[in-house]
Amino acid sequence: MKKPNGSSHMKLAVSNLKPKQRLVVVGNGMAPGRALDKLFELAPDAYDVTIFNAEPRVNYDRIMLSPVLSGEKSFEQIVIHGDGWYVKHGVTLYKGCTVTDIDRKAKTVTSATGITVPYDKLIVATGSQPIIIPIPGNNLAGVLTYRDLDDVQAMMIAAKSRGNAVVIGGGLLGLEAAAGLSDQGMNVTVLHLMPTLMERQLDTTAGHLLQKAIEARGIRVITKANTKAILGNKRCEAVELADGTRLPAELVIMAVGIRPNAQLAKDAGLTVNRGIVVDATMRTSDSDVFALGECAEIEAQVFGLVAPLYEMANVAAGHLAGEDTHRFAASATATKLKVTGINLFSAGDFAEGKDREEIVLRDATRGVYKRLVLKDNRLIGAVLYGDTGDGAWFFDLLKRGTDISQLRETLIFGPSFAGGVPLDPTAAVAALPDDAEICGCNGICKGKITGAITGLKLTSLDDVRAHTKASASCGSCTGLVEQLLKVTLGGSYNPSAIQPMCGCTGLGHDEVRRLIVAKSLKSIPDLMQALEWKTSCGCAKCRPALNYYMVATWPGDYADDGQSRFINERVHANIQKDGTYSVVPRMWGGMTSAKELRAIADVVEKFNIPAVKCTGGQRIDMLGVKKEDLPAVWADLNNAGMVSGAAYAKGLRTVKTCVGTDWCRFGTQDSTGLGVKLEKFLWGSWTPAKLKLAVSGCPRNCAEATCKDIGVICIDSGYEIHFGGAAGLDIKGTEVLGHVKTEDETIEVIAALTQLYREQGRYLERVYKWAKRVGSDSIRKQVLDDTAKRKALYDRFALSQKFSQSDPWAERVSGLDAHEFAPIMDLTIREAAE
Amino acid sequence: MSIMKADWIDIGALDAIPVRGARLVKTAAGCIAVFRTAHDQAYAIEDSCPHKGGPLSQGIVHGTSVTCPLHNWVISLESGVAQEADKGSVRTFPLKINDGRLLLNVAALAAKRAAA
Repeated sequence: MKKPNGSSHMKLAVSNLKPKQRLVVVGNGMAPGRALDKLFELAPDAYDVTIFNAEPRVNYDRIMLSPVLSGEKSFEQIVIHGDGWYVKHGVTLYKGCTVTDIDRKAKTVTSATGITVPYDKLIVATGSQPIIIPIPGNNLAGVLTYRDLDDVQAMMIAAKSRGNAVVIGGGLLGLEAAAGLSDQGMNVTVLHLMPTLMERQLDTTAGHLLQKAIEARGIRVITKANTKAILGNKRCEAVELADGTRLPAELVIMAVGIRPNAQLAKDAGLTVNRGIVVDATMRTSDSDVFALGECAEIEAQVFGLVAPLYEMANVAAGHLAGEDTHRFAASATATKLKVTGINLFSAGDFAEGKDREEIVLRDATRGVYKRLVLKDNRLIGAVLYGDTGDGAWFFDLLKRGTDISQLRETLIFGPSFAGGVPLDPTAAVAALPDDAEICGCNGICKGKITGAITGLKLTSLDDVRAHTKASASCGSCTGLVEQLLKVTLGGSYNPSAIQPMCGCTGLGHDEVRRLIVAKSLKSIPDLMQALEWKTSCGCAKCRPALNYYMVATWPGDYADDGQSRFINERVHANIQKDGTYSVVPRMWGGMTSAKELRAIADVVEKFNIPAVKCTGGQRIDMLGVKKEDLPAVWADLNNAGMVSGAAYAKGLRTVKTCVGTDWCRFGTQDSTGLGVKLEKFLWGSWTPAKLKLAVSGCPRNCAEATCKDIGVICIDSGYEIHFGGAAGLDIKGTEVLGHVKTEDETIEVIAALTQLYREQGRYLERVYKWAKRVGSDSIRKQVLDDTAKRKALYDRFALSQKFSQSDPWAERVSGLDAHEFAPIMDLTIREAAE
Repeated sequence: MSIMKADWIDIGALDAIPVRGARLVKTAAGCIAVFRTAHDQAYAIEDSCPHKGGPLSQGIVHGTSVTCPLHNWVISLESGVAQEADKGSVRTFPLKINDGRLLLNVAALAAKRAAA
């Protein structure tokens, strides 16, 4: 007990003169708890306080319920005010006592249990209610929300069954509930309506990483999941999604959000909108009644995170104590996920914008992602994943609006390094001892590398790889090896010899392709994280390239990303200068029929197609088709047996032929037949750039095979295979790859050649440029001389074709990507009606 | 106040636009392209590149920019301004997202029609 002193004696005297006012508090959550703490500090003797708590217990830290659920904490450890606190401050606490009526005229509140208490000042802090999704079965036993200790206890009992739980909602609460239930031994699935988890607090990259971490704990995550019903007879048994999926569930947790609990205030005639409307002093429309916490609405905003709620509590306490200078101002809030082992922090505004800049740090090995958003040299948003140690420091900079221009270069490294002299990475490498290991994969130390550089007069990264194997496996030490080249060679080393793919990365095309395989990267977001991309979603240069590399590397495994394809490949037609499209159906080997020509004529008339033209690849081009007509045009062409000619694709275009032995008096082989066979085998394949073939029936070469990417010249003794021709920007005659005897062998060699090009070619690099870069001899060796290699290449190509040969037109006629072909809204109709 | 409210019309759900994609709103004075970014922001701009009138809605969306499909001009979705060194800009239209729905300001449309 405190010793009495002069000042408290004075206070006693004052309070004797002025009788205590009566303060009644409805609700015993964190906000009113904090308000009372503050009030007792400012004016300890001003009020007689009575609290009504609907829950049968004292005030506890609601945001620590998740550690209770996961078993890491007990209820006693999260109590804020124990019974002693109420005794000490002379507070009357009615536990388990819901207030049902406020009579503002009589200035009394009455509880369900019939207790009526008069007040001079009233605080309404009724909090919020979890949202119950209006779906069938939401009232079955076993369907719970996640709000208070009762919910947690119910979940812990249900978890003893070790059965299946479904958590609806992949936000903060839902994920914490899922992790807790999983720790309690349940088999948990999280359903989330949006494409990424916690989309309100995290950008898509962090959301993606979070999903992986959650899944790594054995929790199944289904995004874009639209819950349709909860099934069961009395007790819940399963959850059904809109797509028909059924997930068994003995426990269902709804964690899709909260809504302010304002009914009591509304019944009392206070102004209520979404929440109880208060001014910046936390007063409601009745100046003797305050509202605070999640039930209060201020400037059309309601709050759910603890920081603004505590600020409300401080403001209300100040006014109750007679200080009327306090005003509530919403400040930035920070979010942390309380799941052990997952470190996640987000604060402020992290959307992209023209006037904003971002600093991104990715460390794939450590699983770290940090993104800072800057505006006018001030930090306005931060997302930290994996390493959140500096969260508080960033949040402080953000709230203070500190000018960070002096710290900028090293800002992202946190307070220990920010503002310091940027480290010279070369100096650090130079300081390493000779026996320091550089390449962990191959066990190569520094001395061996520098020795090779000087001894063998090596000048490039590729040289070092070839002679020492350093950085030739996973590639993560590439930067170190480059620095060693720099240290050893000084000014004569020119690292810019490696052309980066684009401004989003320092890596070249070959490096990226190698790492896709080495690190088994199977999606563009994965790749951007693992290879530490400098932008959050790439650019129009790297995205189509990455999409191709994924398609070519992981046949059947990779989900094609349409939004990373150029428009022509996205809608399977060629965009023209006026925004219309041209349509070219496939004519196998250049052959057509009366039926096909009739269908084309009908389509041209039916859709008023303004121009029809023969292409250089022996097919017919319909120009000027309106985008919304494309599916209908394709449907008619499909009906006549025609499929997409892929005249738009970085992929197989045409196989041009002459008439060969069928008709020609000089023909030596069936060039048309071979052309058709080749086209039927190769169609649908994606390649680094367009791929054009031709087959000529004799050396007179009427099909112009010697200026194609791949050409065949038939001769009496068999087939001469050519490659590397061009007749466009550059004009170049083909080189002879070699001579084979049979049609089957021709097809095998050409498929192997195509596959090697698919595997080695850089995006947009035509065959002739690829051949020049890697050397014709190396190509010839692999696809012609080494029959085992040839067979392996052929097999990889054939496997990939299994997944690529479906007509994109037919797929879209049957409804795929329907959004591409119709406007979201036609206002011309509305405007005409006006 | 009621007139103010009527100025915003619901043109559809944000989810009706693919992430990093665009859809069109047809109007009497030409098409408006409505974009959705990787971070679920949405923007409405004139569907006509300042360079040669290319349909911006058909371009590749990256960050808060789109690359025109005809000649690779990069246009800011926020300001409508072309990235340096290209010079030019397209009109932008007020658009907001409310409960997952896209609301386009038609008062700005009327102004566009009057100008057209």
